[in-house]
Amino acid sequence: MQSQSRFPWQALFTLLMFGFMYLPIAVLSFYSFNQAPNSAVWTGFTFSWYSQFLQDSRILSALMDSLAVSISAVALSAIIGTLMAIGLARYQFLGKGLYQGMAYLPLIIPDIAIAVATLVFLAAIAVPLSLWTVIAAHVVFCLSYVALSVSTRLVDLNPHLEEAALDLGATPLQALVMVLLPQLMPAIISGCLLAFVLSMDDFLIAKFTAGGGVTTLPMEIFSRIRVSVKPDMNALSVFLMLTSGFVAIVAELMRQRTHKKRFQ
Amino acid sequence: MTSSAPKSESTATAPAPKWVQPTLLLAPAGIWLLLLLVVPTLLIFELSLVPNINPGGIVNPSGLDNYLRIVQPERLNVIWRSLLFAIGTTVLTLASGFPVAYYLALIAPQRWQNLLLLGFVLPLWTSSLLRSYAWITILRPTGVLNTFLSSLGLPTLDLLNRAPAVLIGMTYSLLPYMVLILYASLEKLDRRLLEASADLGATPQQTFWKVTVPQSLPGIAAGTLLVFINGLGDFINPELLGGTSSMTAARLIYNQFLGTTQNWGFGSALSMMLIMVVSLAIALLIKYGDNHAKSV
Repeated sequence: MQSQSRFPWQALFTLLMFGFMYLPIAVLSFYSFNQAPNSAVWTGFTFSWYSQFLQDSRILSALMDSLAVSISAVALSAIIGTLMAIGLARYQFLGKGLYQGMAYLPLIIPDIAIAVATLVFLAAIAVPLSLWTVIAAHVVFCLSYVALSVSTRLVDLNPHLEEAALDLGATPLQALVMVLLPQLMPAIISGCLLAFVLSMDDFLIAKFTAGGGVTTLPMEIFSRIRVSVKPDMNALSVFLMLTSGFVAIVAELMRQRTHKKRFQ
Repeated sequence: MTSSAPKSESTATAPAPKWVQPTLLLAPAGIWLLLLLVVPTLLIFELSLVPNINPGGIVNPSGLDNYLRIVQPERLNVIWRSLLFAIGTTVLTLASGFPVAYYLALIAPQRWQNLLLLGFVLPLWTSSLLRSYAWITILRPTGVLNTFLSSLGLPTLDLLNRAPAVLIGMTYSLLPYMVLILYASLEKLDRRLLEASADLGATPQQTFWKVTVPQSLPGIAAGTLLVFINGLGDFINPELLGGTSSMTAARLIYNQFLGTTQNWGFGSALSMMLIMVVSLAIALLIKYGDNHAKSV
């Protein structure tokens, strides 16, 4: 469709929606430097909210708990999620449809239902809640995201490379590690990054499966912001945004690079 | 011919049975999902059928007690509100997301498209709790919006802890997903069809409604489903922005397990209902999608 003007209304509208998407981020960034703790009016520049959260031992220990959960869950998911995607792409078997349905179920079921079901299950088998139960619960949805990313890549791969390796005398394990895995690596990494970000962001499942001694960062943030507006939370937001924004850009660049390679 | 000799040799040296490899690949994740997803879901189904001992001592022997509680008027209000929030958010994200995806996929200069899309969905990568928290800062009575309005001499708006704030927060959270899916579908659109339509004398409006929209219908359906499901299960936005007046199914479930008055059986029944509504939405999409595929 040829637009009559050089600047169609869709462009103006998109600009407006960009404003909508970045308004909350701009507001948080702005007030993270505002001296007045509880006012919408600008009263002067300060870094004190940043130093306050950086010295807050509860925030830092929550960050450590979150990192422990996300890194462990993603590492385990990377392995079993990739194996699952390869298995599903390679084999036909009885009940494959059911298995596939189960594999992608965590992407569809609302978090609250997964959280509730996991809690009921853990209570039924009398497993005490701890950091390990959070990790186990996070692996469930992380492995789905890894498998989804890997399986889209598997579709584009040349199956003859692995057959050639087997014909040339490689064991199935050698063919997997030395031929298939290097080709899948970009997809595994981008799946892991997505799973990591979602795991770091998860509040509900962690809240339901964490024991008394465990507080992840979203749990800590939730308990603070529900009561009132806290200026050090503005500073924390900016810090987290910069970190995950950086990860997002790296992930996107990696995705584009593999995309280009595919068409060369 | 010569290549078949070393192959048979290598299989002779590795006499693993046929089932070993698929089992090694599929069993770890399969067992994990079975144990931590399928069995738990069956467990909450079982728990949802355990009858409550009511204060009067009357026990419903059918085991549907927990489900009958859901259809009481006050609970039904909660379900309706959840559905309305989810539908409202779907409509808002579709209406505002389509022009954005259309611009990014079909109008914006080709080399800027990826960068613009990345820029649009970048806020998705920040903490969802803190994004909702930002809306508290904006919408609260002495917040950014009202400070701005009163500086212009306009009346202030009381949006926080009411339905509008929840809708704003949910739309904000889910709009990037809608744009991503619509973009993927519009990007694949065959531009020659649009040119052909224009060449044959169709107005831009006719081309849009008769070519663009039907061609991107699968994307619209997928985006609608994703936003609806996530909207229905959303806990954070109604909890942080909705106040006490915006009780939703997800909040009600949360309270049955982590609130002051716990009732795991009732909470399980609500969770099962949520899963069933989501399954129904997916089944409808598949059925509708098939019909659409047949008619094309």
